[in-house]
Amino acid sequence: MLGRWSIEFTRKCVRPFHHSITPSLHHPVFPVKFFHLIWCNLKRKKLRTSLTLLSIVVAFILFGFLSAIQQALVGGVEMAGADRLSVRQKVSIINLLPISYEARIERIPGVDFATHQTWFGGIYQDPKNFFMQNPVEPEKFFKIHPEIILPPEQMKAWLATRTGAIVGRRTADRFHWKIGDRIPIQSPIWGADRTWEFDIVGIYDGAKKGTDTTWMLFRYDYFDEARRWGKGQIGWFTIRIKDPSQAAEVAKRVDAEFENSPTETKTEPEGAFIQGYASQIGNIVFIVAAILGMVFFTILLVAGNTMAQAVRERTGELGVLKAIGFTNGQVMALVLAESCLLAVIGGAVGLALARAVTPVVADKLAGLLPMFFLPTHALFTGFSLSVALGLVTGIFPALQAMRLRVADALRRM
Amino acid sequence: MAGPINWLSQIGSITKFGLMSLPQRRGAVAATVIGIAGVVAVLVSVLSIAAGFRQAMAVSGSPDGAIVLRSGANTEMVSGFGRNETRVIADAPGVARNAQGPLASAELFVIIDLPKRTTGMDANVPLRGVEPAALLVRDNLKIVSGRMFDWGKDEVIVGRGAAQEFAGLDVGSKMKVGRYEWPVVGVFAANGAAAESEIWTDAKVLQAAYNRGDSFQSVSVRLNSPGAFQEFKDSLTSNPQLSVKVVRQSDYYADQSETLTRLITTLGFLIAFLMAIGAVFGALNTMYSAVAARTREIATLRALGFGGSAVVVSLMLESLLLALVGGVIGGTLAYAAFNNFHTSTMNWQSFSQITFAFRVTPELLVRGVVWAAVIGLIGGLFPAIRAARLSIAVALREL
Repeated sequence: MLGRWSIEFTRKCVRPFHHSITPSLHHPVFPVKFFHLIWCNLKRKKLRTSLTLLSIVVAFILFGFLSAIQQALVGGVEMAGADRLSVRQKVSIINLLPISYEARIERIPGVDFATHQTWFGGIYQDPKNFFMQNPVEPEKFFKIHPEIILPPEQMKAWLATRTGAIVGRRTADRFHWKIGDRIPIQSPIWGADRTWEFDIVGIYDGAKKGTDTTWMLFRYDYFDEARRWGKGQIGWFTIRIKDPSQAAEVAKRVDAEFENSPTETKTEPEGAFIQGYASQIGNIVFIVAAILGMVFFTILLVAGNTMAQAVRERTGELGVLKAIGFTNGQVMALVLAESCLLAVIGGAVGLALARAVTPVVADKLAGLLPMFFLPTHALFTGFSLSVALGLVTGIFPALQAMRLRVADALRRM
Repeated sequence: MAGPINWLSQIGSITKFGLMSLPQRRGAVAATVIGIAGVVAVLVSVLSIAAGFRQAMAVSGSPDGAIVLRSGANTEMVSGFGRNETRVIADAPGVARNAQGPLASAELFVIIDLPKRTTGMDANVPLRGVEPAALLVRDNLKIVSGRMFDWGKDEVIVGRGAAQEFAGLDVGSKMKVGRYEWPVVGVFAANGAAAESEIWTDAKVLQAAYNRGDSFQSVSVRLNSPGAFQEFKDSLTSNPQLSVKVVRQSDYYADQSETLTRLITTLGFLIAFLMAIGAVFGALNTMYSAVAARTREIATLRALGFGGSAVVVSLMLESLLLALVGGVIGGTLAYAAFNNFHTSTMNWQSFSQITFAFRVTPELLVRGVVWAAVIGLIGGLFPAIRAARLSIAVALREL
């Protein structure tokens, strides 16, 4: 059943080879002509090719989202400092610790220094505009978080302005804040009857792409003086230790220091602290990710089936190619290259689209999942997956094509 | 040319031909059905998370229940009252009463760390101190195993959800919080409401354990009727002794479910929409290959006098049917995997864990099947039009 199409195909795409078939096989120009043949094969059923391509594109957009969700979950853990420990109140993180612990922690062997933060839980205009705001000790905070970058003159301005606050690039962009703005924030926790006003004196950036730049940081001295209750108490400490390999021992020493006091502590590496926090969201995100993963493979199955079918339909033509001098290996390579080309184009377009779209989605989710972005390593994984897809869908038809006996193939016509 | 009956019988016979040829196109057909089943399964599963969470919050609020917080507080966490204020609130007009007095429970709400059973990781679990009326101001609350705690003793009862999710809350065991140990004496159920995620004890005992003096964080009341809310609210907000915020229980919980529901619904629709696009391509491919495989057959039928519209309708019917099969499979999968799936997550408003069950509701299943039908129709339309437009002479020449 060599249809009209096949005859036309042979005329247009195979004949150019025919004149020079033997020399061209060893000629450096060969791969270019080979590519032309593959391209003709893909073009012959434009509709089917484009539909298959589009479903691969969609699958890889989904893959992009999947990676971004995963990044949102584990990103914080990746960014955690190996030389940092977190100390919180043992019963619950919402219970406060006395600030006097800071000096006691700093005397413990193995501890370089300690600083603290407190959950402010402020509301800017509407509770939906969620982002973190924490009072910190500016100089110690920057010493312990080298991954946060603030221009020196802005740091100077912050140290000179009691009501000064610095804000991450992402939140500044989100609300169109700039240096010099005065931002009103309500805090149901620390005094619902007043509005806190902060002067933006700096905008910080992250040293790495994964750094969370959604926080607003302001001065603890201003906070402690202005709050209605809980003076002298803070949310949690961050410790820098001298030797990361001693983390477990130092953590034990800190907890032992405060054992049997009214406020016992729980100390763990920052990564574990963040992971524990992320795991509180529970397996919901995991379930969504699992569903997405299943979907990804379903779409690939569907696309792969179509691609395999496209090759099977052409058994006869492959026989013709062999009859005019193509070797087994070349026929196999032809079929494989075709499926790989389609898969790689689809994968690349899908990943590029996902890369373009995730920031838009991230803005919608802003605050809820600050680490939602598509990391570069996921692009590599995605690209490898697209090559794998091409190989897997192409290999069976390609093997069939390779083993094909010319006489059998031609008889089918 | 042809009467409606004739037209219908044409559709019938073309569709029958199409369906009979399905086994020859196994691969493509299976791919379409799987693709559409995937879309529906995902749509329904993801939305069932949101539906379950919303349901847990919905059953938490009784229409004639109200909760009073300090003005400016949006959750119990940041609210606070003294004993005098809670008395004034309990005695306000509109509050239902029984022989023991007003149905009002002044409560404390704190958070403790307990490990999750599944991961062993610490989670924020709500511990609530209540007054005797607490069991009456909430709907359907009952002890399902063990017994109620004794007032004045440091005993706790745990919600059914909390008992399942968190380790060390079995009846008879002791819950360790800081330096205190609280015997667990019973498990209570509340029809899947938010309270089932909580641990309860006597408010007075909790005040002492937390050095809270005689202070509370919220007052929950049952009103004479849902209509009594306005009277109750007006009397409290106009009272110069108080600075309070009065909300219906139902609004309070609906508000708490908003963030998570919005997040999940946005994600769910986005994913399902993308997948639907993928599935439409799959369906288009299948139907185009169906048309291609039957070019001669269709041309022969047309030559015999079958109408073009009959060809269109029957091809679309075929596609619709495949899509519906996929939709039903997807819906069934989602139902089997996720209906009543228990889990817990962070309730950002109360900064504590809430346990709930996914719910695959009939509405969600219907919505899934509707999506499948739309995908099937779009996937069938273009190939069907191509088939109908086919030049009969050219197609027959292919023979």
